[in-house]
Order: sequence, then C-alpha cells, then structure tokens
Amino acid sequence: MQNELSVIVRRLAGALVLFWLVVTLIFVLIRMAPGDPAEFLVPPTAAAGDAARLRSELGLDRPLAIQYARWAGAVVRGNLGESFSSRQPVSRLLLDAAPVSIALGGISLLLTFLIGVPLGMFQAAHRGRALDRLTTVVTTAVYAAPTFWIALALVAVFTYGAATFGLPEAMRLPAFGIRTPGGGVHGWAAFLDLTRHAVLPVATLAAVGAAGIARYSRSAVADVLPDGWVGTARAKGATASRVYGRHVLRNITPQLVVLGALSLPGLVAGSVFVESVFSWPGLGRAMLVAIQARDYPVVMGATVFYAAAVIFANFAADVALPLLDPRRTTRPV
Amino acid sequence: MKRFFAPDRVTASASATLLVMLVAALLVPMLARQDPLAIGDVLALRLVAPFSHDATGAWHLFGTDRFGRDLFVRMMLAARISLAIGVGGSLLAAAIGTVGGALAAWRGGLVDRITMAVADALLAIPRLVLLLVCAALWQPGLLTVLVVLGATGWMGVARIVRGEVLGVRARPFVEAAQALGVSHWRVLWRHVMPNAVGPAIVATTLGVGNAILLESGLSFLGLGIQPPQPSWGNMIAGGRDLIVVAPWVALAPGLALIATVLAVTLLGDHLRDLLAGRRAPFARQLGERA
Repeated sequence: MQNELSVIVRRLAGALVLFWLVVTLIFVLIRMAPGDPAEFLVPPTAAAGDAARLRSELGLDRPLAIQYARWAGAVVRGNLGESFSSRQPVSRLLLDAAPVSIALGGISLLLTFLIGVPLGMFQAAHRGRALDRLTTVVTTAVYAAPTFWIALALVAVFTYGAATFGLPEAMRLPAFGIRTPGGGVHGWAAFLDLTRHAVLPVATLAAVGAAGIARYSRSAVADVLPDGWVGTARAKGATASRVYGRHVLRNITPQLVVLGALSLPGLVAGSVFVESVFSWPGLGRAMLVAIQARDYPVVMGATVFYAAAVIFANFAADVALPLLDPRRTTRPV
Repeated sequence: MKRFFAPDRVTASASATLLVMLVAALLVPMLARQDPLAIGDVLALRLVAPFSHDATGAWHLFGTDRFGRDLFVRMMLAARISLAIGVGGSLLAAAIGTVGGALAAWRGGLVDRITMAVADALLAIPRLVLLLVCAALWQPGLLTVLVVLGATGWMGVARIVRGEVLGVRARPFVEAAQALGVSHWRVLWRHVMPNAVGPAIVATTLGVGNAILLESGLSFLGLGIQPPQPSWGNMIAGGRDLIVVAPWVALAPGLALIATVLAVTLLGDHLRDLLAGRRAPFARQLGERA
C-alpha cells in the first residue's frame, strides 16, 4: 500500500510538472507571434495615444519575464485573466461554456465505447470473413472522414433531404442550435427539445469515436482470443455472450481505459468542429471566436483548460491501471 | 512491386485510388474547358446539380458552386494542394522527429531531457487546439500550414525513433563499429539509423492521412489555405451556408478527401503489418485525428 501511494504521489508530481511545462509553452507560443492585440481593440476613430494607453493597461508593454511571471502566478491561483474584448474574467467565460462541451463530450464518449467495443468484438469473432472485412472498410472510411463533413452531411439529410424526399414529421430533427429559438418551453418539454437538438451532434461525435474504438478493440480482442483461458471458458460451457461479455471484456478493460484517456484529444478536436457546425455554445466555439478576435487571454485560457483535461485523464488512467489489472505489479515510475 | 502495392484486394484498391487521384489532380485542371478559378456567367451556371447539364449544355459530374465553377475540376485542383500538404507536412514532421529523437537518444543527458519534455508538453495539448493557436497567430497560408503541421506533428516520431535508437545502440554491431574507431556521428548515421527508422516510416505514412485531415480542418475554419486557392477544406467551408439548398457544393469535395485519406490509411496499415508486425500501437494515432 505504501508503495502504491508513493507511485501515485510521484505520478501526480509528474502531472503537475507537465502542466507547468504546458503553461510555459503556451505563453512562449502566444508571445512569439507577430501582431499586437491592442491595435485590434481600439476603434478606427481612436486618437493616436489610445493604443499605447490600452497596451499599458493590459500590461503588454512590460518585459516578457514580468508578463510570464504574472501569467504563471495567476494561472496557479486559478485566475486566467480578463477577456480583451468582453472584459469578463476568462474563467467565467470558460465555466459558462464548459457544461455544454462536457455534456456533449461525455455522452458521446459513453456511446463511443458502448458501440465501438461490441462492434470490435463482433469483428474479432468473425475475423477474416466478408462481414468483418466490410465492417473494417466502413469503420476506416468513417475514421477517414473529417468530423465537420459528417456533421454537414447529417445537416444536409435533415434539411435539404427532409424537404426533397419528404421525411416523416417524427423523423425531422433540428439541425442547428441547442434549443428552439423563442420556444418559451419549460420543464419536460424543454428537456425533450434539448434532447432532439442533441441527437445530430452526439451522433456525429459518437460515430467518429466508435469507428476508432472498433478498429482498436478488434485487434485487442483478436490478440486475446487464442489465449488458453478463452478455450477453458468455452470448454466449461460458457455461452458466447458470457465469454465475450465477461472474460474477454474484463481482460481488455485496462487497454480500453488507456484508450479512453488517449481518445480525449480527438474528442476535443471533434467537439470544436461539431460545435462550430451545429452552432452549439461550447468551449470549442468560444475558442474559435476568441482566435478570430485575437482575444489572447481567452485563447490561452481555453488551451490551458484542454491541456489540464488531457493531463488529468492520463493521470487518472495511470492510477486506475494497477487497480484494474492485478497482473500489472506497481513499479516505481 | 505487386507484393507491396497489391497483395490483396483492399490494398490493391487503395493503391489504385491514390494513383487515380494523383493522375487526375495533374491532368483534370490542365485539360478542363473552363478555368477552375475564373468566374463566368454566374446566373446561368451557378448551383447546377450533380450529373446534369447547365444552361449552355455542358455536363457537370459533381455540379457547380455558387459562382458557376465546375466542382469536379476545382476538387482536382484542390487535390494538388491537399496532397502536397499532406505529404509535405508529414515528411517535415518526420524529419524533425527523426533528428530530435535520434539526437535525444544519442546524446542523452540534458538534450534528451529537454527534447522529451517539450514533446510531452506538446502532446498534452490536443493537436487541433495547438494547430488552431499556431495558425491563428501567424499569417494563414500554404507555408504556415506546412510549418505548423511539422511543428505539431514530430513528437510521435521522435518518441519512436528515440526508443529504437536506444535499443539499437545496445547491440553488438554498434560496439564493434565504435571499437573499430568509426566516428561518433558516422556510427549514428550509418550503423544505428538504418536499423531504427522502420517504425518511423510507418508512423509517417499513417501521418499523411492525418495531415490531410488537419489541413482540411484548418482550411474549413478559415485558418488554412485561403480562397481563391481551392483546398478540400475551404471548398467544404465555401458550401457550408448553401448546405440547406445545394448540399453537393459542401459534400462533393469531402468525397475526394475521404477516398484519399482512406486509401492512405489502408496502405499505412498494410505497411505496418509488413514492416513492424503490428508494433505501432493504433491508439497513438487516435489523438491526432481532426
């Protein structure tokens, strides 16, 4: 136990060092770039001295070392600065947008595994046959398609397609936004409205994710199928669903946990596009808007947030692995 | 040749797809009756549906865009840019990664620490976010996209090469070369590297598909290749607000993109099976997807 705890502490220290590296890197990146946000922020009618005044107000005229110390110190205290354009605290902006992205990403990630793993198992069980090869081509094709293209294709089906080919009323799904504008609905009806709006964005992210997970689970399951314990389970009369649902699943669980952590960056990328296409007011869209406006604090803050999520997911997977896989003895980092 | 490009039907069709795409990208814009960038009689030619004739009687495979330009010809013109950036960006990333990883392993110490620390930090930021930040900070355009793809894609290759070099340098023939008095760098270049780059080649091939996807993503968001220069990504973006009335304008360019990335990925999978015997973990690729 002592040993396990010290491993966790060391991993946590590693994660914190990594986070500090990322914070430094983001600062270096943003300050390396040409261009001056103060120039963008003053109106064209402003007097000559206005840009300079704004620059000193925002601290942009200080030496780099001081800017860095201020930024790093503030980040440690959870203060990500103030948006250049809206003058709101960045943390507030991000916290307002985060629930949308987290809900969208969380539900999609859940569906990704619920669809991808059984699909991969099915393929592994029938590997080499026509159905498996066909599924491989399909999952690889979905995996090869850009998220925004899949999103737009779904929009086309439910707008142009619905109008041209006359989709039944019940099948018509809203393609844009998070709720019906001016609906004025509350309670259950509002929830139903939100759910209907969520179908297409979630379907896009889940399809892309499941294609990747299926590709991986197929090979992970195929790797363990020749093992002796599979034969033993079958010999003692376990049904196929028990062999796969219990024995095989339990054996590939550690790999799936690692995969879950590793798929987070892909999910973030997907959500940026999905939020953009479907006009969902999440983190990805907030970041895109900030990039277009050269709102550096928001861009930096969003990047810090995403990096923190990735680092935390990897840390959590590292800690969970020895618990999930008793064969993996805890060893010093 | 046949063993490599067409050992089975799937790989053969992947090779054929890439070949057709390359030839079409070279020939179609050259042979087209209409300049793919020029705008003619907009009102007569715009938004012609796929597989149909326009007002002048000309037939359009994928229809026309809002300015009446033939989509197929523009897609093939875009293929030049997208393929060049995919291959170029991936090669640049591979070059940086190979040099970085080899130096880190060979020199060890501080060089190793710093290289790997930077790689870890870059890997902790989702690649698309990193790309967005970089592309937004510098002037958008062909060169920016290439450099940024190289700068954000080298970490995987660096890790692989570093591991391989560390493994190879422990083998007897390296010691033998050193005992013979071969210079330090020559040992690395002539004896270690040829034995260490196999998995990096696989990662680079699979990286081409990723680079094409990422370029299209950047261009879709307006941070990559800028119109009027067509790329698959900005063509899809160009049809985005027409999706409700003329969905083919946005969707057709995606078909070329999907076919290309699919073919590259299948070839990369095949190469991996051939060279590395399923060693490159697939999960590594997941995080880089656009």
